[in-house]
Amino acid sequence: MSECSNCGTGCAVATMPPPKLKAAARPHVVAIIGPPNSGKSTLFNRLTGLRQKVANFPGVTVEHRVGRARMDNNSEVVLVDLPGVYSLSPRSEDEQVTRDVLNGQMQDVPKPDSVLLILDSTNLGRHLVLAAPILSLKLPTLVILNMADDLRNRGGQVDTAELAGQLGAPVALISAAKGEGVDKVIQFMKGTSAGTSSLAPPKVELPVLQDIPRCRQWAHQVGLGAAYQAPTPPLWTRRLDSVFLHPIAGPLIFLVVVGAVFQTIFRGAKPLMDGLQALIHSSGPWVGSALPPGIFRSLLVDGIWNGVGNVIVFLPQILLLFLFIGILEDSGYLARAALIADRTMAKFGLQGKSFIPLISAYACAVPAIMATRTIESKRDRLATILIAPLMTCSARLPVYLLVIGAFIKDRPFLGPLLGTQAAALLGLYALGFIAAILTARLLKSSILKSERTPFMLEMPPYRMPTLRSLSLRLFDRSKVFLRRAGTVILTTAVILWILANLPLHNGRPPEIADSYAGMVGHAIEPVIKPLGFNWKIGIGLLTSMAARETIISTLGTIYKMEGSSESVGLRQALQSDLSPGGAVALLIFFAFAMQCMSTIAVVRRETGGWKWPAVQFGYMTLLAYVCALVTNGVVGRM
Amino acid sequence: MTLAQLKEGEPGTLDRLDLPEDVARRLMELGFLPGHIVVPARSAPGGEPRVYRVDGSEVALRRETASHLILRAKNGSEAP
Repeated sequence: MSECSNCGTGCAVATMPPPKLKAAARPHVVAIIGPPNSGKSTLFNRLTGLRQKVANFPGVTVEHRVGRARMDNNSEVVLVDLPGVYSLSPRSEDEQVTRDVLNGQMQDVPKPDSVLLILDSTNLGRHLVLAAPILSLKLPTLVILNMADDLRNRGGQVDTAELAGQLGAPVALISAAKGEGVDKVIQFMKGTSAGTSSLAPPKVELPVLQDIPRCRQWAHQVGLGAAYQAPTPPLWTRRLDSVFLHPIAGPLIFLVVVGAVFQTIFRGAKPLMDGLQALIHSSGPWVGSALPPGIFRSLLVDGIWNGVGNVIVFLPQILLLFLFIGILEDSGYLARAALIADRTMAKFGLQGKSFIPLISAYACAVPAIMATRTIESKRDRLATILIAPLMTCSARLPVYLLVIGAFIKDRPFLGPLLGTQAAALLGLYALGFIAAILTARLLKSSILKSERTPFMLEMPPYRMPTLRSLSLRLFDRSKVFLRRAGTVILTTAVILWILANLPLHNGRPPEIADSYAGMVGHAIEPVIKPLGFNWKIGIGLLTSMAARETIISTLGTIYKMEGSSESVGLRQALQSDLSPGGAVALLIFFAFAMQCMSTIAVVRRETGGWKWPAVQFGYMTLLAYVCALVTNGVVGRM
Repeated sequence: MTLAQLKEGEPGTLDRLDLPEDVARRLMELGFLPGHIVVPARSAPGGEPRVYRVDGSEVALRRETASHLILRAKNGSEAP
């Protein structure tokens, strides 16, 4: 391992060799690096727009994004967005990865040709500390001072020309959110990709990187040299905090916001969803008419169009949920929520930091489990991974919406603000959360017992979420959702259709009950009967092992093929097929069971073996079965 | 005197961090450096954790961590 940890003694090789000229032009690679909350992702989004994707570094769990940015002369550079770090001393996985990429030691990632170092100009003293290790790498570097508008509005200033002289690297003052000054970043990348690198030796000698006080001192001096004037404190953030962190108003506001979110998911998305549903149902025969009547038309209409379509109608709700999560995250409110939650989390043996992955598990457990890497304590991290799938992920949402819609009449519950359906949904979300923290308690007081780890969380200033970043999130999410519908759900739908149409009787498909699918359903019926489920639900439970929402497409296909529900919707068919006890039991089962192959795969990768995913799967299935059994018994007797 | 004993709004100058090295380094990266002034701000409902203003940003700590951050005696005050 040879790397320059303390440069400062005469800079020997300052010039980088030009990128190796192979026959096929190797893309020009630019790395974006910066501390957390410096606006790194905002800049990355602005430069790449939709030409980006999430990727994983080989062998490690740290996620990064790669995108392409087009220059004004139509050439392209590849941008790599690295994790937010305060230093390059390799103590966490994030720092190790950042360092390896910058040194060209990361497999599959070419060594960057240049670096965009992005710092928060309103907090330059502390953020400049990161400039020391980055500049010591001797890569062509542009030092970007972000949040120029904030700096100006709050009366701060900095002499960028002087700062560039001090650091020996070009400096650009920009506002990534507003787009101000971004052209300077593009000019820089154009310059480096053309091979005109511009790295002069710094005027101020770089400090010894291991010594944090010295690095901070160095940053202070550089700031002084550049006439840096720190801005006044963010007034609005303090005002908002006095409301959001108020001992009484704070938690109340939190509850009202959450209630409103659920109400909107039910009511607000309904017209859109009904429209989509009508479109898919009415277009079925039209799509079918493309094929002659017969077996393939049935596959297309009953198997694929209906099966996948029944899932796709839930896209509006899922997007609404993500819109809310996006606003909470981008505005800086999530850090406050973590702060409020820390005391409660501590009671259950976890820390506030576990709260953020758990919140993102409301979207999907897979990224949530990857986000646990910010938790330093190994045992806390494992506990968080193990409970994350109990949080209500968005794949459960369609199932909940369908069953609640079919079995619970919508009446005002808490005045006109919260209806019974929304309240039921909220209850299911709360149930998942309670199951998660109780499980955490169980784990932390037994196999994962550990010392309490220190909690430290930076509170970013509140910011207005930009339309751009929110719409990028929604676009991303739609892509993921539709891809799932087009792959996992489509495949299961086709397999199910085949199993439901065989064996042939006198050359004709059998009654669904006599088909292979029906036989499997009947075979497992004795096991699930005590829960109030019949063989049709049983088939749905089996297919939902691939992904939870698949049960909807499966039931859609089964009911359609039964022929009983030509014009009746999925909802009505379900009403005649499930007792109220069975319906609630089904909800409970979905709340607790770990029906998701992607989650099992990611837990195996994160924990390095099959042991933990096996334990988790066993625990969650048992919990789901027992609770559904009890529920069916209790509700059935009411 | 430790950081945990300061009242809200009362500034104190940090002297040393009485914590294991890895934790201390993390805190130093967040601005908790010897010689820096720290001002306690709002706490979460229930009094814990508390937000501290230090080196241009706000960082939340639990009491048990803050009680290991030792302050200088009141007369010596300097900022970087």
